[in-house]
Amino acid sequence: MTFNIYDFTSFNQWIDKTLYDNLPSFWALIIEMTLIGVAFLLFYAVIGLFLVYAERKVCAFIQNRVGPNRVGPYGIFQTIADFIKLLMKEIIPINNADKFLFNLAPFIVIIASFMAIAAIPFGKGLHAIDFNIGIFYVMAVSSLGVVGILLAGWSSNNKYSLIGAMRSGAQIVSYELSVGLSMVTMVILAGSMQLSEIVEAQRNGWFIFTGHIPAFIAFVIFLIASTAETNRGPFDLAEAESELTAGFHTEYSGIKFAFFFLAEYMNMFIVASIAATIFWGGWMPLHIGGWVGFNHAMDFIPPFFWYMGKTLIVIFLMMWFKWTFPRLRIDQLLKLEWKYLLPINLFNIILMALVVLMGWHF
Amino acid sequence: MEDIIINENQIKQEEYIVNMGPQHPSTHGVLRLKISLKGETVEHIEPHCGYIHRGIEKMCERLTYQQIIHLTDRLDYLSAHTNNEAVCLLVENALQIEVPERVKYIRTILDELTRLASHQLWWCAFGMDLGALTTYFYGLRDRELILDIFEETTGARLLQSFNTPGGLMNDIHPNFIKKVKEFIVHFRKKLPEYDELLTGNVILRERTNDIGLLTLEEAISYGVTGPSGRASGFACDVRKHHPYSAYDKVDFKEILYTKGDCFHRYKARVEEMWESMKIIEQLIDNIPEGDYAVKMKPIIKLPEGEYYQRVEAARGEFGVYVLSTGEKYPYRVKFRSPNFSNLSAINKLGAGHKIADLVAIGGSLDLVIPDIDR
Amino acid sequence: MNNEQLKEKIYSIDSTINIVEGKQYLELNVAPEDLSKTALMLKNNPDLSFDYLICLTGNDLPDAYAVVYHLESTKHNHVVVLKVKAANRENPTLDTVSNIWITADFHEREVYDLIGITFNNHPDMRRIFLDEEDWVGYPLRKDYTDNNIVVR
Repeated sequence: MTFNIYDFTSFNQWIDKTLYDNLPSFWALIIEMTLIGVAFLLFYAVIGLFLVYAERKVCAFIQNRVGPNRVGPYGIFQTIADFIKLLMKEIIPINNADKFLFNLAPFIVIIASFMAIAAIPFGKGLHAIDFNIGIFYVMAVSSLGVVGILLAGWSSNNKYSLIGAMRSGAQIVSYELSVGLSMVTMVILAGSMQLSEIVEAQRNGWFIFTGHIPAFIAFVIFLIASTAETNRGPFDLAEAESELTAGFHTEYSGIKFAFFFLAEYMNMFIVASIAATIFWGGWMPLHIGGWVGFNHAMDFIPPFFWYMGKTLIVIFLMMWFKWTFPRLRIDQLLKLEWKYLLPINLFNIILMALVVLMGWHF
Repeated sequence: MEDIIINENQIKQEEYIVNMGPQHPSTHGVLRLKISLKGETVEHIEPHCGYIHRGIEKMCERLTYQQIIHLTDRLDYLSAHTNNEAVCLLVENALQIEVPERVKYIRTILDELTRLASHQLWWCAFGMDLGALTTYFYGLRDRELILDIFEETTGARLLQSFNTPGGLMNDIHPNFIKKVKEFIVHFRKKLPEYDELLTGNVILRERTNDIGLLTLEEAISYGVTGPSGRASGFACDVRKHHPYSAYDKVDFKEILYTKGDCFHRYKARVEEMWESMKIIEQLIDNIPEGDYAVKMKPIIKLPEGEYYQRVEAARGEFGVYVLSTGEKYPYRVKFRSPNFSNLSAINKLGAGHKIADLVAIGGSLDLVIPDIDR
Repeated sequence: MNNEQLKEKIYSIDSTINIVEGKQYLELNVAPEDLSKTALMLKNNPDLSFDYLICLTGNDLPDAYAVVYHLESTKHNHVVVLKVKAANRENPTLDTVSNIWITADFHEREVYDLIGITFNNHPDMRRIFLDEEDWVGYPLRKDYTDNNIVVR
């Protein structure tokens, strides 16, 4: 066995082989699934805590503030303290709420986001499932979250929640189209829906560079649409705290609220990693043609860090909009999608098809 | 099995009524708006006031004129100084006391600082209402400097009660002039930042253009004054048309627009901040020497009769009506609060728009609830 | 127009109005039955055009419940005070002016709430500040008593 930080394939194969050699195949499978589950749970928790901290710091710097700075050095343990607080908080039961759906909703939201990370390649050989329809799977699963939001809004028996949930429904159904179509644009360029192959296809240049104009348009559309899909500002109409107090999660408290909160950050992480994967080369290092020394130096940075770096930059972009723009109105939001993004997107697909057909890409 | 016949009359159609407030982030206080909705569209708005009705007018009937001043702070707490001044001017005019020039200058400067602070806070809150959370910190950063000036000179940051019949409670702090000048230099640099962050933003333009239109006739009929009225072209600036204190000595522009939508109400306030700075600049170097107050008798008795004094508070025309019977307590005091009249137009402005627009309209009217409820 | 000219002007239109020179403004005393007519005249006459109702105050005077209207013309910039006393002390009623100046809608509700003057033809005559169902009495009346009022 060789543990190589640049390529996890052999390491994974070694674990797989050892387990199957020593145990009945049923138990080996169970253990493998448990290992992956535990790994993802840990990852999920760490990323969730980190992103909440990062958002608070980023927003603080945008707003001329210092941000959390009391718990631990630079306040890095602030979110852990918050999380403990949320765990210990009372879960307030709501009279006249639909108890079953009310309790179910946060789990649907969090499971949907949890399922989506399974297909994301974090490094070479470092992903749970490498579907041949990876992108399709991520798209399908990540849009399940809206069911949870709708249920939460409906079952709370609160008028604000209901309006928030309906807004969210309209918004996600619309923007799903743009997210999907901009991904399709990149699938045309990649020639595959398998995420590992899409990354592999970017070995000699990230798609944002090789696909130039149509890829860039697709990226901008993806960024707008995915921000809308994650219900983040300036598209946070479902929450809209100045209009609907807190929208669909008005009535939630304690750990159930924390689930919605975490799911929002995880969704943001997922869309950012998809953006990094299909536009910015996933875990591929930056290579510039002809610069051998530079390329070599870039290769020294492990793929996981490349991947995380790109993802965090996209997340930073999304945070940046959230803290500078005012919120859109529901009709403007839908107008933006159906009148602008969708036609541009359809045109862009044709453009991309043409680019691929004529070989105009690099 | 019987056929199920659905009688249309049996289907009960109810209005979807949402209570915005009394606890709601964008009513800026304990105001309750009962909204009938059709989908996202607001059909009718019915304001319910009175959650913090304290009976200030009744209390005033048992207080002396000096004491009344302290209650006026609690009306529109963001225009505390202006409200104080209204009562002081009323008493001075009734007793025909000429206050020293120095007092007039200082009062005017403090008035304009109050207006600046109030408009800054409005700007913060307006951004928040529209979902741009960063504005809050930019506005408060600059407002803090004004509050520091107030603190040093008047001893209080928000509810100053610095005016007294016949002058001021005390002379200005030696640092006052220097600090005000520093602030103006600072804020002249920072105000364009406000425009960069919010005014030029496409989303803000989309959200506020053509929202909550109020024509000139409606503005006059509803009595919508202040920047909200002036955005509709209602020339209602008391400072200009019925000058008091030192306003007749300064040159400033009355900001008037004709369109009367949310964006122009926004614009009118931002422009007013520039005008306020201009007024302060004209006065700050020329504060005459002299007394800060004239000597008054400890018990003030107004001659019998009715008095009315109008001043321009940050949100519109503030008026005090006093009916005196010659006693040391007034017989009847009425405060004409700008927000009360401005609120009455909210159904006209908001009906037919979306919920999100209603929030923008509420923000653009800049309501302060204690002033409505009194 | 100064007060003197304004007085002559109003007299020339309606000589029956009792005009008193007040301390600041002209004061027009009208009978309750003439209120609507006079108010309309003040608003619609092009030389007067009092289109802006600044303030509407209800008073509990020793002899009657009264309402004071402060009016301004945005065109001519002159101010006049219209005063009217409700005839009946037990059940004071006056005509509404909310059809002439819409802002009177809220102000009249306030007067109804705190002084207890009912306005005829008002579109929505309810209390505005106090509780509609269970508040007894009109707080700004001089005979209003409440245990919480501090008497010096």
